[in-house]
Amino acid sequence: MCDTCGCNVTHGNKHLIAPGGKLEKVGQHADAVSVLRGLLSENDQLAAHNRAHFDRHGVLAINLMSSPGAGKTALLEASLPVLQTRYRVAVIEGDLETENDAQRIRARGVEAVQIVTGTACHLDAHMIHQALHQIDLDAIDILFIENVGNLVCPASFDLGQHRNVTLLSVPEGDDKPSKYPVMFRAADLVALTKVDLLPVLDDFSPARAKHNLEALANPAPVLELSARREDGVDAWLNWLDAQVTAHRAACGCDETLRPKVQPDGTALHGLAL
Amino acid sequence: MHELSVCQALIAQVEQVARQQQAERVSCIRLAIGALSGVEPQLLAQAYPLAAAGSVAQDAELQIESVPVRVHCDQCDKDSDVTANHLVCEHCGNWRTTLIGGDELLLTQVELYREQTYV
Repeated sequence: MCDTCGCNVTHGNKHLIAPGGKLEKVGQHADAVSVLRGLLSENDQLAAHNRAHFDRHGVLAINLMSSPGAGKTALLEASLPVLQTRYRVAVIEGDLETENDAQRIRARGVEAVQIVTGTACHLDAHMIHQALHQIDLDAIDILFIENVGNLVCPASFDLGQHRNVTLLSVPEGDDKPSKYPVMFRAADLVALTKVDLLPVLDDFSPARAKHNLEALANPAPVLELSARREDGVDAWLNWLDAQVTAHRAACGCDETLRPKVQPDGTALHGLAL
Repeated sequence: MHELSVCQALIAQVEQVARQQQAERVSCIRLAIGALSGVEPQLLAQAYPLAAAGSVAQDAELQIESVPVRVHCDQCDKDSDVTANHLVCEHCGNWRTTLIGGDELLLTQVELYREQTYV
């Protein structure tokens, strides 16, 4: 979506700028200037810059999002031993405070950069850009970005990642996709984590969680995982293999991969013209 | 609350427009926001005075137009007005739909006073 050709005009908003529309009315001495620019266009431009940077170095960037404590770091810990036999990996950790998560990753022999956000409830493209100065992209194949634990804000900020992975842990309840539609609509893969707790938390139904995801028109695959028991880790690794292959193929054709929710947006704006 | 970050980005854009247009001040800012944009209009309105303080938009009115969530059904080729967590075709029940409205987060228009207005 650019800021100049009018592709921001959609079915949903074109009536606003039409003659007689609400945005046509101006004050007596004022001039109205139509802008039609995404509010986060500065972030989006920097995210595109990050993505181009990743692509130039052949690095696949995966954005991990979930509520706090859903098991993002545990999933990485469980998969790193095998993952490291296939790929060179680095991790960016986002938290309001502490280096705890970065230390857990470093304990596995993997480079980790901790972004301490202070009061910010999400990572943005600028923070990632800064963190990239500390990572040698030629020395890695996959970069995991572990976003701040939060099911709301991280979904609104493009970081330049190629894929979004959203974790939903069993103790949170199977209705989270319905409660946080923006987050779960953005997922290219949903990982149901802590499934070893299903026998005790039997009010969680994986089938209902999938149904709630489909109600968001999201066909993303849903994996059932237990990092503690290392169940389902193979399927997660296979999914990552497929993304690495797809990314390499895209880079070979001077193209890139984007999280699925963004092409949807492009289709939306294409429909309007 | 990421609405403050969004508001700060908004003010930066408005200041850029005002500079380009050589405007003295901004009297009104109009936004279009959909329920699937991830931004809550009420929280944005609350954060706005904090972000706008000291800028050319300090006294500007913020008008927010809500954009309805609509989907297009790939199966029956019809459009439906839906809620943010039920993007299912109301005509045939198909869930494989395409969003055609409701994820907007747009600065649509800025109303400003230019210096030449007074000449």
